Amino acid sequence: MTEAAAIAATNTAGTPTAPPAQPLTAVSVRGLVKRYGEIEAVRGIDFDVTPGETFGFLGPNGAGKSTTIKILCTLAMPTAGSATVAGYDVVTERDDVRRNIGLVFQDPTVDTYLTAELNLRFHAELYGVPREVVPDRLRQVLTMVNLWDRRTDRVETFSGGMKRRLEIARGLLHSPRVLFLDEPTVGLDPQTRSAIWGYINELKATEDITIFLTTHYMDEAEYCDRIAIIDQGQIVVLDTPEALKASVGKDRVQISTVDDAAAITALADHFGLPAAVHEGAVTFSVASGEEFVPKLFAELGVPIRSVSVARPSLDDVFMSYTGNTIRDAEAASGRDIMRHFARR
Amino acid sequence: MVSQLVNEELSSGTVVRVSVPERSLRHDLRGVKILVQRELIRFWWDRTRLVTSLVQPLLWLLVLGTGLSALVARGSGGLNLRTFIFPGVVAMSTMFTALFSAASIVWDREFGFLREMLVAPISRATIVVGKTLGGALIATLQGLVILGLAGLAGVPYSPMLLLTLAGEMFLAAFMLTAFGVVLAARIKSIQAFMGVMQIAMMPMMFLSGALFPLANLPTWLAVLTRVNPMTYAVDPMRHAVFGHLAVSPAVHEALGRGVTWNGWAVPASLEVLIVAMLGLAMLGVAILEFRRTE
Repeated sequence: MTEAAAIAATNTAGTPTAPPAQPLTAVSVRGLVKRYGEIEAVRGIDFDVTPGETFGFLGPNGAGKSTTIKILCTLAMPTAGSATVAGYDVVTERDDVRRNIGLVFQDPTVDTYLTAELNLRFHAELYGVPREVVPDRLRQVLTMVNLWDRRTDRVETFSGGMKRRLEIARGLLHSPRVLFLDEPTVGLDPQTRSAIWGYINELKATEDITIFLTTHYMDEAEYCDRIAIIDQGQIVVLDTPEALKASVGKDRVQISTVDDAAAITALADHFGLPAAVHEGAVTFSVASGEEFVPKLFAELGVPIRSVSVARPSLDDVFMSYTGNTIRDAEAASGRDIMRHFARR
Repeated sequence: MVSQLVNEELSSGTVVRVSVPERSLRHDLRGVKILVQRELIRFWWDRTRLVTSLVQPLLWLLVLGTGLSALVARGSGGLNLRTFIFPGVVAMSTMFTALFSAASIVWDREFGFLREMLVAPISRATIVVGKTLGGALIATLQGLVILGLAGLAGVPYSPMLLLTLAGEMFLAAFMLTAFGVVLAARIKSIQAFMGVMQIAMMPMMFLSGALFPLANLPTWLAVLTRVNPMTYAVDPMRHAVFGHLAVSPAVHEALGRGVTWNGWAVPASLEVLIVAMLGLAMLGVAILEFRRTE
């Protein structure tokens, strides 16, 4: 506990001081359960996040992602189970957890009456950031999110994307070991979304930081080193995006031919593959599609105009593990909520 | 130019590292200070609030004070009604501002900013103390503006009097803000909070002796005024004002006598102590409430 306090401010270019000992896990969760009355939001999850990793929680709205983040950030108490963040227990060592985490919430939490700079100064004071490093660090994080020129403007004049960027800057101001991003790009335009991913990638390169994020965007989960798919309060599967996609196994092949009906018959006869016309092309699934394509040309017997091979997407992964597309799952949980309120 | 420079620094790997110190009293005090500063900055930037807050006291003092003086001229022994209600008006406007500054916690919750404070490595007590002190200071500042109107009420601008009133205002504001914070810990929507405030404010105001003398009241009303904490905030202010007026002993006896318990005149110092103690008690309750609920 004391080694972290030993260093008031360390400039990596300055004199080296003993760095705080890194715990073996950035986040460690065991048998975590959270119940709100009758509703069981989190139903016993276990996972570990290694330091330096970008770890993603992927799941539909209402799957328990935000509840888990709240517990890890000491904003909610677990009903059962335990969790540590940066080596500290989220129940018994809350202050130590708080000192070591940065947070970017789904909903804005900046003070819109104040200027961008004042928001950050306020944060620096609350976290007890040593005064002598505040100006440099402030400039660094604001520059990173391209808000340095707007620092003296009041936040109420900012767009949604700018506010989110300011929150990211603020979450980083005190050099947290673990940065939590709860749906960091939800409700933002595509440009801002990619800008925010740019910052996250830059962070991974420049700072010694673990990133824990939740998302329900499949394409964003791809950026993570590992993802846990969470559905109805439980982790369904946890692995690297590549391994998850490989576990689905088959690639999707689409061909356009001179005679689609003949091609479908030929696929069934020669290769034993069931095929059907989707999106105007003969579509079928096969393991290692790229290696299959030469064979296809040689043996199909029907002239092929074009061919495309698609690796399984995380959508396919989500579907194969939960039996649902993420959008279906969201619609279903929406219905549950409606039913819940109708009953009351 | 500057941003280019920083980008170069970033790419060359020079990252300004920060290490958050462990919690200490010094750190908590720093937290309180910045919370108070935030309230003051927001207050200073909100000029409309500053101006509109003057409207109500002016109405009380000039319109009600002048209008009713014809009615009560005979009973006041030559003392202007405006002079009599001046300390009451000061106390009332302090009370309004104090209770509404407590609403800023509810606003912070609604706009998400409360979360920023709740996940910071500071104690719940720091948040509550910072918010309460900030609200109390704002209410005192507003009150000072109203003290500026003393001349309109025939109250002398004596430095000693103004200082005494400012101190008493601060204590009253502190007690009321802490009370508001207790409510804000429980009431989560701004509409509900404002509703409850209105319900709490009116009886506290009317039963405080802000607008009428506390002597010779029927028993039921006397009892109600004596259990109202606001009474002990208004009375010392009136004591102070009467101490600086040249009025006949008869008028002083009739209008400036203040709170009595079963015939015993409660000294102003005890009243001030009561307000301070109630304020601290409220603060304690508010801290417990925040620990429990957030």
